[in-house]
Amino acid sequence: MMHSLESIIREHPFFQGLEDPYIQLIVECAKNVRFDEGKVLFRQNEPADHFYLIREGLVAVELMIPHRGFTTVLTAGGGEVLGWSWLFPPYRWYFDARALEPTRALAFDGKCLRTKCDEDHDLGYEFFKRFARIMTQRLEATKLQLLDLYGVNV
Amino acid sequence: MVSTSENTTVGKPASEPMLPRLYRIQRVHLETDDTFTLHLLPAQDEMGSSFAPGQFNMLYVFGTGEVPLSISSNPSDSPLLQHTTRAVGTVTKAMRRLGRGAMVGIRGPFGSSWPLEQAVGRNVLVVAGGIGLAPLRPAIYQLIAQRERFQRVVLLYGTRSPEDILYRQELEHWRGKFDLEIQVTVDRAASTWRGNVGVVTTLIGRSPIDPLNTVALVCGPEIMMRFSVIELEKRGLAAQHIYLSMERNMKCGIGFCGHCQFGPLFVCKDGPVFRFDRIEAVLGKPEV
Repeated sequence: MMHSLESIIREHPFFQGLEDPYIQLIVECAKNVRFDEGKVLFRQNEPADHFYLIREGLVAVELMIPHRGFTTVLTAGGGEVLGWSWLFPPYRWYFDARALEPTRALAFDGKCLRTKCDEDHDLGYEFFKRFARIMTQRLEATKLQLLDLYGVNV
Repeated sequence: MVSTSENTTVGKPASEPMLPRLYRIQRVHLETDDTFTLHLLPAQDEMGSSFAPGQFNMLYVFGTGEVPLSISSNPSDSPLLQHTTRAVGTVTKAMRRLGRGAMVGIRGPFGSSWPLEQAVGRNVLVVAGGIGLAPLRPAIYQLIAQRERFQRVVLLYGTRSPEDILYRQELEHWRGKFDLEIQVTVDRAASTWRGNVGVVTTLIGRSPIDPLNTVALVCGPEIMMRFSVIELEKRGLAAQHIYLSMERNMKCGIGFCGHCQFGPLFVCKDGPVFRFDRIEAVLGKPEV
């Protein structure tokens, strides 16, 4: 069954509750993408010119650690969002991202979105609210990871 | 029939609850670097004791001491008992050195159990962290054995690394079942790991459950359980549909000594499985 970009955006949890005029605005910055297993979505230090709404699949966010190789920091699956470096200068990725499974996503052009957010601050506020929530969730999850919850002395 | 804490025919300790019964080790299975499972059979009383999922026994290593350990075996396999533990303290390190044929003393089973009867007709969301999978394992066996009595059964399991995954073969077997949804996540992993990375609480948000018709069974480190409850409540689960297995310093197992006091409750006698709304006021309180 074919879904329009608009309906995909509307149904994705990240944009839940976003008003239709805004969806019509941001759809101009979106495109469907798919990544085969093992395909790199982005690499550290490359320009961060997109973010991804993952529809299906699983993506690993990785960091290359000398003498240890690539270490996975987190994974993002269907219904989740990947990437906020497009929002803040210097607009570069801090991590690598690689598809662990065949992955379907919507890719949003960061520059296009930034322009629209600059033109309409209400839209910008909606974006920052949503990304702030994601950042908070990731920060909380990272704190728990750092606690080494399953260690002997916890 | 599914065993529950209200069931009066199973899960009762022996008539002399302070008197250990002799059990012989049939097998010691290494689960991970520091975690092992003892397979035990009664040495004297051939009937052994039946138990309900979620209950615990006090295991006595002669000459060393006694520790409370959740029962991790299939209730249907009684009188065989399995106990999974990590070798961290004096007693469990001594236990780890025991081999096949060695004897231990067992008192129990003690405490409350997972509310499987209340979950009949509903979705069951099992959230396990680290060695917290062990007390949930008997409940999972029962859910599988009586699968048609429940709607969706989802297991979310988080642990430290791929090397720390408990019951690996069993998880693979369960994952192969069409009527069981299993998600495993680890806190850290090399890029060779093909699964989820992140704390187990992140899986709760992704889980395909109807919050109005789901019972959640949660066991793991207390902090993990507290954050799991937050996520479950965000998903819309009511406190009376969330059950946690608590851990405290159990000694007597029958509510006499007071070592495991948890606010107005005793974990050994009133728990270890508690409905969340009954412990909400004391959970996370530093004084408790």
